[in-house]
Amino acid sequence: MREVSRDRMKAVIALLPSVILIGVFVYGFIGNTVWISLTDWRGGAALSENPVKNFVGFENYVELFTGFLDGRFRQDLVNAVYYSILLLAGAVGIGMFIAILLDRKPRGEDFLRTVFLYPMSLSFIVTGTIWRWLLAPQGGVNILPTYLGGEPLHFQWLSSMKTVLVFDWQNLFPIILYAAAFVFIVLGLGKLRRDPGRAFKRYLVPGVVLGAVVWLFGDLLPRALFMEETHGFNLATLGIILATIWQYSGYTMALYLAGFNGISQDLMDAARLDGASDFDYYVHVAIPMLKPITISAVIILSHISLKMFDLIFAMTGPDNAATGHPALNMYLTTFRANDFAKGAAIAIVLFLVAGTFIIPYLVASYRQRRNAR
Amino acid sequence: MTRRISYGTILLYLVLTVLVVVYLLPAYMALVTALKLPDEITLPRAWELPTAMNWGSFSEALALLKPNLVNSVILTICATALSTVLGSLNGYVFSKWKFKGSEVIFTLFLFGMFIPYQVILIPLFQTLRAMHLYGGLPGLILAHVVYGLPITSLIFRNFYAQIPTALIESARLDGAGFFSIYTRIVFPLSIPGFVVTSLWQFTQIWNEFLWGICLTRHSENPITVGLAQLAGGQAVSWNLPMAGSILAAIPVLCIYIFLGRYFIRGLLAGSVKE
Repeated sequence: MREVSRDRMKAVIALLPSVILIGVFVYGFIGNTVWISLTDWRGGAALSENPVKNFVGFENYVELFTGFLDGRFRQDLVNAVYYSILLLAGAVGIGMFIAILLDRKPRGEDFLRTVFLYPMSLSFIVTGTIWRWLLAPQGGVNILPTYLGGEPLHFQWLSSMKTVLVFDWQNLFPIILYAAAFVFIVLGLGKLRRDPGRAFKRYLVPGVVLGAVVWLFGDLLPRALFMEETHGFNLATLGIILATIWQYSGYTMALYLAGFNGISQDLMDAARLDGASDFDYYVHVAIPMLKPITISAVIILSHISLKMFDLIFAMTGPDNAATGHPALNMYLTTFRANDFAKGAAIAIVLFLVAGTFIIPYLVASYRQRRNAR
Repeated sequence: MTRRISYGTILLYLVLTVLVVVYLLPAYMALVTALKLPDEITLPRAWELPTAMNWGSFSEALALLKPNLVNSVILTICATALSTVLGSLNGYVFSKWKFKGSEVIFTLFLFGMFIPYQVILIPLFQTLRAMHLYGGLPGLILAHVVYGLPITSLIFRNFYAQIPTALIESARLDGAGFFSIYTRIVFPLSIPGFVVTSLWQFTQIWNEFLWGICLTRHSENPITVGLAQLAGGQAVSWNLPMAGSILAAIPVLCIYIFLGRYFIRGLLAGSVKE
């Protein structure tokens, strides 16, 4: 018995260096960034050995969200939302579609899989460099229709100034509350069939009430800005989204394909016997069974869309505000403008967004592991 | 099972062909542009095949990117080796020597995999500077080793979960201790685990850009940063960035094409938990 406990000690000691490294480099550094974001370094002081730091509370954050000069950050934030939604929809949708095609076991499946997945192995910088050339205004994708006898496109992929789905940042608070109401209602509708009582009490009623209150009394909410400032989905970001989907749809395809292969043949045969068409089989049997895979794909892709820095850097360069992203803005603010405090605040905003879906995911997987033992 | 040709099958192959063409177009474009002479590259004729093969772009791009390539090779090999070995040891503890709280520590490890790296960038920059590691490869290697630990520990933990615990128990009854079980039983069994993990790490580190640009001096820049600079210049004609992209992509593409099975396993291990 003493041998065993000595071995346990050795196991703990073997793990110790990694625990210390992760403790300092992940948790310590996050804490440090939080602290930096609450201070003021007085501009260029960042590069001196011992900069003077003053505690300023949440001033940096207030500046970012409502300050006069930080309109770019707000546009970046809006862009990030659109990037995430379209990347998720595109990569999950197309990946799932290709996986279903390959699940029919076409000839040359190995070759096909290789073709769809190779973009995943490339670096964002390589992808960005190639796609920038593909999306050149008078060449690349725009002249492809001419080979089929059509007219060339004139779309300004990376430099368009047009925006759609515009909203006024002044109305930030009502918009957030409407979004929250929408999420509640969607969650409620999702749970309606399984547990109607709870769905109404917890989600539907609060969601509808919240939406109605904002609709009726929204004028009483404070305005985020003292003047109008509009942000929307910038058409110049379409090219970047396209390149990201090209790079990552193969990844979701691999996830789903592994999942489909894991479903036993019996189940498919049973569904067939019950008269289900292929379409019914995927919609009602296979895809619902792969919910865990969908969840991990969503988590990984959201993580990727939140750190989308390299691709934008390579495609439109750091100075095109129309296609910006908070991750890029953080780099520019910190290392170009030397404003470490504000850079840290942007980083924390990114981190909080990431945390809202990663922490529940990690907690759930921890519970699952603990119960599996 | 015989296959009859139906409309469904024709449609399936038609859709697949279109998709294959779409997915291969960027690679085709990069290759033909890299092979053209600079004056032959014009926007309206970008898709056309080169009239004569010009391999010169590759040697020119190689000459420009050679220092970056050397840096990336050193960086990738060192960081991959270190993070893989440490990850293997961690995975061994997390799967075979669970102790009270080890699952919590493991979950806290995993968190490090999902953070946007911007959130640790400023302290990392300052710490490396204080340690006099800023600007060179050792600092970059340290960063890649530390932030590679979550994923390597995860892959090895899942891999070691397949080794029957009875094997470990019987070795323990025979008097083997923590380290001798690792060196004599677990390590020899984990060659496939090492292949999967090091391929994954190699790809990630080779492709990384943010730390490369923020933490290294010009002379120590890895290949991704070198390529971004090569492609960012407005005066350069497009054959050079395309040749550079191909050069930067070749190592990982080779891994992917020749060891694709392990690459995909790493990909799945990185996302699907158990």
